[in-house]
Amino acid sequence: MNVLACVKRVPATASRIALTPDEQEIDTRFLAFTVSPHEECAVEEAVRLTEADGGTSTVLTLGPDAAVEQLQDALALGIGRAVLLETDGREWDPAATAGAIVEAVRADAAAGREYDLLLFGNEAADTGDYQVGIRVARALGLPCVTGVKALEIEDRTAIARRELHGGWEVFEVPLPAVVTVKEGINLPRYPSIPGRIRAKKQPIERITPDWPGNSLVKVRLKLPAEEEKHAEILGHGPEAAARVANVLTELGLAR
Amino acid sequence: MILGLVEHDRGELDPLSLEMLTFSRRLAGRLEAPVEAVLVGEEASLPVEELRRYGVSALHSVEHPRLGDYAPEACAESVVQLMAAVEPQVVLASASDRGNEVMAHVAARANLPLAANCIDAEPGEPYFVTRVRWGGSLLEEAHLSGTVKLLTVAEHALSAEESPADAIRHTPFTPVLSDEEFRVQVSARVEPEGDKVSLPTARVVVGGGRGVGSSEAFAPLDELAELLGGAVGCSRAVTGLGWRPHSDQIGQTGTRIAPDLYIACGISGAIQHMVGCKAAKRILVINTDPNAPVLVRADYAVIGDVNEVVPALNAELRKGQAGGAA
Repeated sequence: MNVLACVKRVPATASRIALTPDEQEIDTRFLAFTVSPHEECAVEEAVRLTEADGGTSTVLTLGPDAAVEQLQDALALGIGRAVLLETDGREWDPAATAGAIVEAVRADAAAGREYDLLLFGNEAADTGDYQVGIRVARALGLPCVTGVKALEIEDRTAIARRELHGGWEVFEVPLPAVVTVKEGINLPRYPSIPGRIRAKKQPIERITPDWPGNSLVKVRLKLPAEEEKHAEILGHGPEAAARVANVLTELGLAR
Repeated sequence: MILGLVEHDRGELDPLSLEMLTFSRRLAGRLEAPVEAVLVGEEASLPVEELRRYGVSALHSVEHPRLGDYAPEACAESVVQLMAAVEPQVVLASASDRGNEVMAHVAARANLPLAANCIDAEPGEPYFVTRVRWGGSLLEEAHLSGTVKLLTVAEHALSAEESPADAIRHTPFTPVLSDEEFRVQVSARVEPEGDKVSLPTARVVVGGGRGVGSSEAFAPLDELAELLGGAVGCSRAVTGLGWRPHSDQIGQTGTRIAPDLYIACGISGAIQHMVGCKAAKRILVINTDPNAPVLVRADYAVIGDVNEVVPALNAELRKGQAGGAA
């Protein structure tokens, strides 16, 4: 089985977000970068599926040259091949992103590399557009199941489950298919040292797609208004227990 | 005309759809346009009167023998065909899992942009929308173009308010659907286990972070939740360490909670976690670090080690319960 996992490079935000003076970006001077959490799981799922059933795994991202770091992270976990759709760093909206991915998938198909399963994150951690996977599926004429937290492949059928009100709903779709996953589908492994060393030596295939323009155009970013609270200190250490119990009683929560 | 895609469960309208209709009505006021609704479901249980109370002047009910079980592409294709028939200026859904999914399919089919998770929209050409990023830790102002404006409304961006329409017209709509639109359709459902207090609905949530120290050290947190009739949750660090299942995770990529009290134990307060407990009425923090970022969102704090404070609190609560029973 040939599996493609699409990922996005995003800043690893901590407890507070700061913006650049032009309000166009998050100030990342003091931040590391990572892959969106759902997509880390897409990478892990691709590695597991191809370890179990054979076949190939490819990781793809659309982003600046620096996104090579995220592709190498995926290679270090056991992905076989990496493709960078290289941009000048500006944001591509979901339709533009999907268009570039579709072209890359078609180019692979023309070169004899047909994917059975295309994995995406349910939504990117930063922009949260919820639509790139669905747009890619539509353009390629493939079925798409979103928000998947459990996936099995049996006889060229994907059996995908997603959460619904604390229970599950189950979908069965024939391959090839697009599946967008959520964190929790698996627990991603940590890369091994040999894996990291191997990843550094592996080639990154580069394509420079043409930016078609955005139809959802960012004007500026802003931080939501949030009041800072001054917590009432109920005490220090276990001696605070009686006072906490009193507060719980006052709030009508102690039974 | 503004068209809102409403979700319902056996005739009961989804609360997020009511928020979406309230959002739609405000937008409709600026456009001087009516709000109409589209709903996929059976005629017998249509919530027509409730929709009228929320300002809907026409209901288009999509009727098709194969639409009994949820099929996202079939829903989207139905909406696209209805759009061609009734020509709305704007189509909205709530930013629920299904709302975002169906609208993304609509956008892909109609070749239109979609602004997901909006909290505001000003009409114009283009529309000026405000949408949430990073699960709500950041806002984006953006221009949305397209011959029909497509957007989804972020949950709890506003409160649902009634504002009755004078009358509501009900028109069934029968789409033409092919097998292809039913490639993806729910084939089975697994109902939740009934007796457990669920994280999203719990009145009290006890959350544990890395500061708890180990999987075993969650036992006092489990007991505290039990004593208060609540549920236990955790941070992403904890699920990453394998101490708790992912279904316990609170935050951007986990569950969003809205309890009366959230007791955050040994949690530093990463933004991805804090957006998940934004809707908590009060927050009590138990943490060794008096400068932990979580403190600026807290109403109450105990400075101390969760492994000492929580067992002491449990003992205190047990004493109270024994006293109450005597």
